Amino acid sequence: MPPPEPPTGDLVIEVEELVVRYGDLVAVDGASFGARAGQVTVLLGPNGAGKTSIVEHLEGYRASASGRARVLGLDPRRDHGALVHRVGIMLQEGGIQPAIRPREVLRQYAGFFPDPLDVDDLMERLGLAHRAGTMVRRLSGGERQRLSLAVALIGRPEVLLLDEPTAGVDLEGREQVRATLDGLRRDGVGVLVTTHDLDEAERIADHVVVIDRGRIAAEGSLAELTSDRSSTLRFRCHGSVDTDALTTALGAAVQRSDQHTYTVDTPADAERIARLTSWLADAGLVATEIRAGGSRLEDVYRDLVTTPDPGRIPGGAA
Amino acid sequence: MSAYRSQVRTELALSSRQGEQLLVSLGIPLLVLVFFSLVEVVPVPTERAVDYVAPATLALAVMSTAMVSLGIGTGFERQYGVLKRLGASPLGTRRWVAAKTTLVVLTEVAQIVVLSAVAFSLGWRPPIGGWPVAIVGLVLGTLAFAGIGLLLAGTLPGLVTLAVTNGLYLVLLLTGGMIVPIDELPGWLATIAKVLPAAAVVEVTTGSLIDGGSVGGWAWPTLIIWAAAAPLAAARWFRWD
Repeated sequence: MPPPEPPTGDLVIEVEELVVRYGDLVAVDGASFGARAGQVTVLLGPNGAGKTSIVEHLEGYRASASGRARVLGLDPRRDHGALVHRVGIMLQEGGIQPAIRPREVLRQYAGFFPDPLDVDDLMERLGLAHRAGTMVRRLSGGERQRLSLAVALIGRPEVLLLDEPTAGVDLEGREQVRATLDGLRRDGVGVLVTTHDLDEAERIADHVVVIDRGRIAAEGSLAELTSDRSSTLRFRCHGSVDTDALTTALGAAVQRSDQHTYTVDTPADAERIARLTSWLADAGLVATEIRAGGSRLEDVYRDLVTTPDPGRIPGGAA
Repeated sequence: MSAYRSQVRTELALSSRQGEQLLVSLGIPLLVLVFFSLVEVVPVPTERAVDYVAPATLALAVMSTAMVSLGIGTGFERQYGVLKRLGASPLGTRRWVAAKTTLVVLTEVAQIVVLSAVAFSLGWRPPIGGWPVAIVGLVLGTLAFAGIGLLLAGTLPGLVTLAVTNGLYLVLLLTGGMIVPIDELPGWLATIAKVLPAAAVVEVTTGSLIDGGSVGGWAWPTLIIWAAAAPLAAARWFRWD
């Protein structure tokens, strides 16, 4: 993936010190971030982190306890009537009658907008043309997700709020969703995507906002988030690694990141990698993965996010 | 196409696919009309059973559509997230309510035409002059029953709405004078029935569409209060998600 370009589009979503509560539970705890036109901003975090609560506030469904949010410069709740013409949304699940056909539901929503996209073209683009006349209840989970995305797109929105758009979507479907997001990016649409899928986030994001327990843990482009870890050497090994011995052998601190992943605090050059593999071989161990140089979003995420707690928020999916 | 027309078209398409709703809206009222007109198993205040059963069945039809079909359908739409999704579209609450109202009115007109035609074939000859009063009663009944249906749909989960609405339907069917005239009920039950909307609508339709009949004074206040209070309660407590 080429490094993302620096932000140039206007801010289409602004969240400042947002707090959302469910009774005594604080789902979103002073979150601040922004999303720009022509970019895909990914709100990344574990289940219960507060992603859906933020999106539901931006959609106008959920009141905030304090703080401020703006979509296209408008208040999501007070200016809901104006925003529904300019914002497309995709719910985490559901939202479409089981006893309706994709072509029918798209024509229904097309009728709500003055200049909708062509229904047949949209179905073709999202790989739904062959299922246009099938009842929604007979569609696969991935097809339903793509239909939900199509409904979000039908009114030519300036901003899209997509809650877990690739959940349950197969590989081919994901490619179609990504291609659609690429097109939206080129058209200058600002897209906010929530996901807990790190691979997906890495593939689609121009800008990443990591949220954990209702707080923003980090924000930036992929390059920015991973740049200060570029000298880290990481490897996975299922055997028992004597980190003290390896530290001595490599002359650099070795730390265990999780059950099978180890981090070596050293420049990831060829000589160090050779010494590492040699040491592992001598110890009768096999590295199942060695990653040198630039770290991945996953590494950053591991460092930033605490153990997921799905029960923190009612429903566990907020 | 306007948002309203688009929504009405979708509502009509979905309604036509729901066989169970057709059964409740037309099948049960037709069955009640034909069976209790031909088989006089319960005492009625008219010489011929159809003269009482036919106008009572019109009230039953309104209850079936405005409360049961509307309530259960809306309850499941809420459970499926359809209402939440529509709430974020330019359709808006007013056009959504207008589309639902159109569906209910069209269904009720079809019910009244079919039931009246069948009743006519069974010998029913209501006084023409009674229709305006009956229609006012049916409109007020529609408001009351729709308010109750939407209140249940907007506050309870879909399956609970299904169970409660059907249970309420059965209770109102038996105590509302739709099969058994409320004068035939035990005194205490008749007293309770008279403060419920079903008996009030039946009193208006039978009182106005039975030759020489009259509407009991208790019916109008009951009906008007329900027609105002139930929609207001629905508007107050209805939740879209």
